[in-house]
Amino acid sequence: MSELTLTLIKLGFLAVLWIFVLSAVSVIRTDIFGTRVPNRQVAKPAKKSAAPAQKSKPAKRRRGKRGQPSLLQIVDGPNSGQSVPLGDDPIILGRGTDAAIRLNDDYVSTRHARFASNGEQWFVEDLGSTNGTYIGSQRVTSPVPLSMGTQVRLGKTIVELRK
Amino acid sequence: MSTPTWVPRRRRGAELVLTVMAVGISVFGYIAVGLGVSGTIPSDTYTLIGGLVLAAIGAHLAVRQFAPYADPVLLPLVLCLNGLGLVMIHRLDLGRQALDPDRSAFAGSQVMWTFVGIVAFTAVLLIVRDHRRLQAFTYTFGLTAIVLLILPLLPVIGHEQNGARIWIHLGPFSFQPGEAAKICLAIFFAGYLVVKRDVLALAGKRLLGIDLPRGRDLGPILLGWLISVGILVFQRDLGSSLLFFGLFVVVLFVATERPGWLVVGSLLFAFGAWFGYVAFGHVRVRFDAWLDPFADPDRNMQIVSAMFGLAHGGIIGRGWGQGSPELTPFSFSDFILASLGEELGLTGLMAVLLIYGLIVERGLRIALTCRDGFGKLLAIGLTMSFAIQVFIVAGGVTRLIPLTGLTAPFLAQGGSSIVMNWAIIALLLRISDQTRRPAPPTSSVGSDEQTQVVKL
Repeated sequence: MSELTLTLIKLGFLAVLWIFVLSAVSVIRTDIFGTRVPNRQVAKPAKKSAAPAQKSKPAKRRRGKRGQPSLLQIVDGPNSGQSVPLGDDPIILGRGTDAAIRLNDDYVSTRHARFASNGEQWFVEDLGSTNGTYIGSQRVTSPVPLSMGTQVRLGKTIVELRK
Repeated sequence: MSTPTWVPRRRRGAELVLTVMAVGISVFGYIAVGLGVSGTIPSDTYTLIGGLVLAAIGAHLAVRQFAPYADPVLLPLVLCLNGLGLVMIHRLDLGRQALDPDRSAFAGSQVMWTFVGIVAFTAVLLIVRDHRRLQAFTYTFGLTAIVLLILPLLPVIGHEQNGARIWIHLGPFSFQPGEAAKICLAIFFAGYLVVKRDVLALAGKRLLGIDLPRGRDLGPILLGWLISVGILVFQRDLGSSLLFFGLFVVVLFVATERPGWLVVGSLLFAFGAWFGYVAFGHVRVRFDAWLDPFADPDRNMQIVSAMFGLAHGGIIGRGWGQGSPELTPFSFSDFILASLGEELGLTGLMAVLLIYGLIVERGLRIALTCRDGFGKLLAIGLTMSFAIQVFIVAGGVTRLIPLTGLTAPFLAQGGSSIVMNWAIIALLLRISDQTRRPAPPTSSVGSDEQTQVVKL
């Protein structure tokens, strides 16, 4: 085996090794930037024209990305009609003084549930409440991602995310 | 109403492409060793290609089947390391047997252990369908870890080898329980700290801008330190001692977010290191070999030989089969990084270290995106044990830190190490699968009556 062939094999092997490492890095790269939300820009204008009256007011307060919920609204229960604007900070619901809305509901615990966002998605998490937090018939045991309009029930209170 | 959601992507195709590349690298290396040592392509290449392809496809299908949303790069990275290790061990077998035909070959048993490792990998993916189930067995795993650590000290099955008492012999099999204890301890730390972290995070005294923990909360860290010193004293295994203590301090820090634990941990470590240096001859030998290996070149022959090997390799290395890494004692296990450095040079060694770095990066990413606290801490624990081990090995071989007897994960010869590391990767992929999987559909209304609060 000639010296030249062995050198070429040596360099070839190192090249293949580095190509492998770099392709792994590129897969990681697309893995980070490839999770784009589809149709966010396209879906927006159509909806705006559909229900402009309902949306105009909260839209001013909203500073997050388009299509994100901006309001946590109580739709049923003793505090029905009240709402909290959504920011970056997590929101706690319950009967306690540190709750964003002090729920006047006997079936709700002092610190009942937390609504938190990771920047793209809101989650609801039960804080060890007595009667539990439910989405449909499912009790919330770990943080569950929430989409807009999903009704979450705490005691007799029902809340949902709105625009 | 369309809601913006994180779109889950499986990317199994990308994983397959990378897996094929990883297998290709191993086969290329094997052929290059044959050409470099004897000038011919080894006759059993096709058997090897068949075996490797089979193992890789098996592992890939296991992920496709049991963890379809898991991270796509972890498996190929690990396969590449494992293949490189096999090729290097095979090359060292040839070199060592050329020196002395009586020396035993390790490549065959290592291939067998790799298959066992992939079976263990599949089994973990199959059995642990949800990593949160493991939290229920927190204390069982803690107890198992302690039993595993004590096993080598027992009189009949325990076995001392090369000065460290870390082996057990059961009939024809020998096993290093410390490797399994690593996983058990990571699960135990995660399960324990996810419950206790609020207590431990309570602010104590504030000194120089750092929250120091209260005296009474020091119990667990002192216990961890005692275990680690116990390993040092009774098993004389410097590496594992450092690994377990480092793992515990890091997980404690991540769980409580208090830098105070790092300060306390470093102080305890410094004290332990000083104590080890003063009290034990073998620690002092390692320290002296680190500070000035050429003061006694005969006694420090191993590290001196490894340094000559690395220098011989230079920037682009000698090429497969062209160097003489077999001259270093334990060139196939503890010093496999030095062997790779001699044959592949700095360029190849950097690629290997980068692969390790990418594995650690994926592990930390899994911990970041994981939604439950236990999974986060478990992923951190497993990843950091991996990272600390690589640091200790690479640092020891390159004389950055004193040399300790740990094996480079997936590269070095050693059955228990390779099987347990495959199990670690399986656990990480399981957590990753849970994290990246799309959320189950949440039906908003309709079945509310089933759970309505009823006034009695």
